[in-house]
Amino acid sequence: MLNYAIRRLVLAIPTLLLISLVIFLVIDLAPGSPMSQVPLTVPPEVRAKIRESLGLDAPIYVRYFKWLGQFFITEPAYAIDHIFGTNWADGRQRILSYQSRSPVIDIIWQRLPQTLLVVGLSYVLAVVIAIPIGIISAYRQYSWIDQTGTFVSMIGFSVPTFFTGTVLIWIFATKLGWLPSVYNTAMVVDSWATFWSRVSQMVMPVTVLTLFNASQISRYMRASMIDNLGQDYVRTARAKGLPERTVVLTHVFRNSLIPVVTVVALGVPTIFAGAIITERVFGVNGLGQQLITSIFANDIPMVQTLTFVFAALILIFNLIADLIYGWLDPRIRYD
Amino acid sequence: MKLKTALLGAAAVLVCGPAFAERGSDGVVNVYYYQAPSTMNPYLSSGTKDVEASSLVLEGLAGFDQDGMVFPRLAAEIPTTENGGISEDLTSITWKLKPGLLWSDGTPVTSADAKFTWEYCTAEGGGCAQASRYEGVTSIDTPDAETIVITFDGPKPNPYQAFVGGTSPIIQMAQFKDCMGAKAPECTDANFMPIGTGPFMVTSFTTNDNVQLAANPNYRDPAKPAFATMNLKGGGEAADAARVVMQTGEFDYAWNTQINPEVQEQMKAGGKGEFINAFGTLVERIEMNMTDPSPDLAEGERSTTKHPHPFLSDMRVRKALSMAIDRALLVEIGYGDAARPTCNLVPNPAIFASENTECLTQDIEGAKALLEEAGWTDADGDGIREKDGKPLHILYQTSTNAVRQDFQNLVKDWWTEIGVDVELKNIDSSVYFGGDPGSPDTFQKFYADVEMYANNFDGTDPEPYLAQYLCDKIPGPDNQWQGENINRFCDPAYDALVAQLATTRDLQERGTLAKKMNEMLTKDSYVILPLADRGRFSARSLTLGGDIMNAWDTELWNAQDWYRMK
Repeated sequence: MLNYAIRRLVLAIPTLLLISLVIFLVIDLAPGSPMSQVPLTVPPEVRAKIRESLGLDAPIYVRYFKWLGQFFITEPAYAIDHIFGTNWADGRQRILSYQSRSPVIDIIWQRLPQTLLVVGLSYVLAVVIAIPIGIISAYRQYSWIDQTGTFVSMIGFSVPTFFTGTVLIWIFATKLGWLPSVYNTAMVVDSWATFWSRVSQMVMPVTVLTLFNASQISRYMRASMIDNLGQDYVRTARAKGLPERTVVLTHVFRNSLIPVVTVVALGVPTIFAGAIITERVFGVNGLGQQLITSIFANDIPMVQTLTFVFAALILIFNLIADLIYGWLDPRIRYD
Repeated sequence: MKLKTALLGAAAVLVCGPAFAERGSDGVVNVYYYQAPSTMNPYLSSGTKDVEASSLVLEGLAGFDQDGMVFPRLAAEIPTTENGGISEDLTSITWKLKPGLLWSDGTPVTSADAKFTWEYCTAEGGGCAQASRYEGVTSIDTPDAETIVITFDGPKPNPYQAFVGGTSPIIQMAQFKDCMGAKAPECTDANFMPIGTGPFMVTSFTTNDNVQLAANPNYRDPAKPAFATMNLKGGGEAADAARVVMQTGEFDYAWNTQINPEVQEQMKAGGKGEFINAFGTLVERIEMNMTDPSPDLAEGERSTTKHPHPFLSDMRVRKALSMAIDRALLVEIGYGDAARPTCNLVPNPAIFASENTECLTQDIEGAKALLEEAGWTDADGDGIREKDGKPLHILYQTSTNAVRQDFQNLVKDWWTEIGVDVELKNIDSSVYFGGDPGSPDTFQKFYADVEMYANNFDGTDPEPYLAQYLCDKIPGPDNQWQGENINRFCDPAYDALVAQLATTRDLQERGTLAKKMNEMLTKDSYVILPLADRGRFSARSLTLGGDIMNAWDTELWNAQDWYRMK
């Protein structure tokens, strides 16, 4: 298993390099220019100077290798300096955002907590809610609880989050005035009162995302449970006289989890990518909102770095999903 | 008698209430910029969001008030030729700082900071976004700690450029001295949390998200600002910004709440706030291409002065196109209270704005007659006029934007009515305004017959703006399509007026000249068809007092006077 993991990691390196090149080419060759953000009142001579200072005039391969060097050498060196107080990165330029002219990696670190808190929490909640619902729905197929579950998850899955988000804002912020519609990222939690404000501003975005994620996961869980409930080993277990509880929760549940765990693990990178739409609707301003703002502003270094980090996360979680799969299902062997 | 005294007393309390307020007595004020600031250093970004947010912290020697008049900020008074502050030959201006000014960190503000700011913005490799504010400055001398003498390379009739307004504030030398030129972006802490002289100082900054500010303890007026802290938040879009002030009341002020008139009405019903507007110089216009954009021409010759436009070079056609437009209806549908119809390229300030209102009345019949007169007739009865067998076909381009597409459709209907075949095209704004010489779709390249966008000028003086229409500023392959004379308009008489304006110092005379030039471009030639004078449009809570909307400087220009209405 260790060998397998190492082999996969080594193979990931050329894959990542290729991905970085493709992302770079796609972003760079797409029409549009960061200069479109500069107001027309700025005269052409000044525009030319700004272009030059952003390094936009260099040929494409120079810019690609510059980014590679910055991402794989300068940024790690800078991180090491930061932790151990060395000075390896002295004089090297970090990846700078075109918009804020500040280091891209710092912005990503700054935004990660918001995204993890809101999107991550909603993902955890979704899993916690979806799995029992999936089990009950499958065990009591076509009962009222299954019908309700199916109905709610159809809504959650098919109604886009920007719509549910806007409806919630209209009801709870505009009409009733119970909850804030804007997420305050600068809030410091130092008392019960601020803790409650933090909770109340999280209620709506977390609800919207939980509904969406739980709908998906509960359907997988239900389908997988139904598959397994009809298997021979279940009849055998029952024939042995095992209590129904043990049959469902030990035998069927564990086997049904295998595909669900894979789906859940593969969904983890999307937490980091943020929920672009939901973050925008509620002003959560995490990684998703940063990505979309940067795309609009043609902030190439920011978009490039973010998408690359997401690509790397997807590769890593693919590997993790594969490893968990083997652990849950002993029939699968890697060596 | 008693009642009168009591009333007077009450009135006095009401009027003077805010003036007697203590600094920081009104708690927190919440401001929403749906495009959140990326940086607090306006020299690194020319975005309005960045310039405005930083104006809470950084100030110039002077600013522009709501009438566009220059008023002192850090300067003791405004230099003029009368008080000797501006030299007789208009080649230098001498500013004096107010005595005893302190930065928010408690150190004194000196003339060296101003000189440093100029050096910072003009340093090689910095790509200073506001470099044009310092154009023509040859040297800055500091004979003493409070005196700043700016020398220009020639007579400067409008010397209120450097250090005037939110786009050219003074930064602290001590903080930025190691951030010159190419090193500017490396000073992230300084760029995000500059030390300033304004009413507020930054306590925390997260880019494109949130700025936390606190009252500057060293602000020159000990009673101001009334708010102890400010929370400046971003995210979402214009409608979200309007909602949080007008409907939910979570915020006190929201910048740029440009939403369609129907939604404006719904928001007003929320009862928590009001929309405020102020009109500056931003004009949505249709530009006529005086050269031939035909794709049949060789690349490098399309839309260049080598080939005049086949029919738009006839003024009667241009005028007919203008006459067919109902500008009032466009504004009503697209902007509501956020714009007003105009016929002027320079709609403001009053001294430069011509009495040009003829175009406001739509005249379809007149337009048809004019086209007939120009020889464009509909001989084959297909509803499209033609001349010498060629149909009157117009390609009309603009950027992708809901209001602009509404405008395009309305205008297309009117032009079709007078017998013009109109083809519409919209281009993503990042390409259209991107200025890439390799792209065929930039507004400068103008590979279309007419195009629509908005433009304005910085400050109150239109001289550089009007000078964009010089013959030698025509974009073309020889200047990488970077010229500003988008229409390819060229008139020696106009060029002569530009030269004359550059040396005219009397304000009234400058006004007369500017009006003349504005008319030459609009009602005398119909090269530019102004449509709407687009104002600034923001929302303010009914409990926020002291705010005055300003179109000439940053919107937050008088945040020091804001207070909570009790």
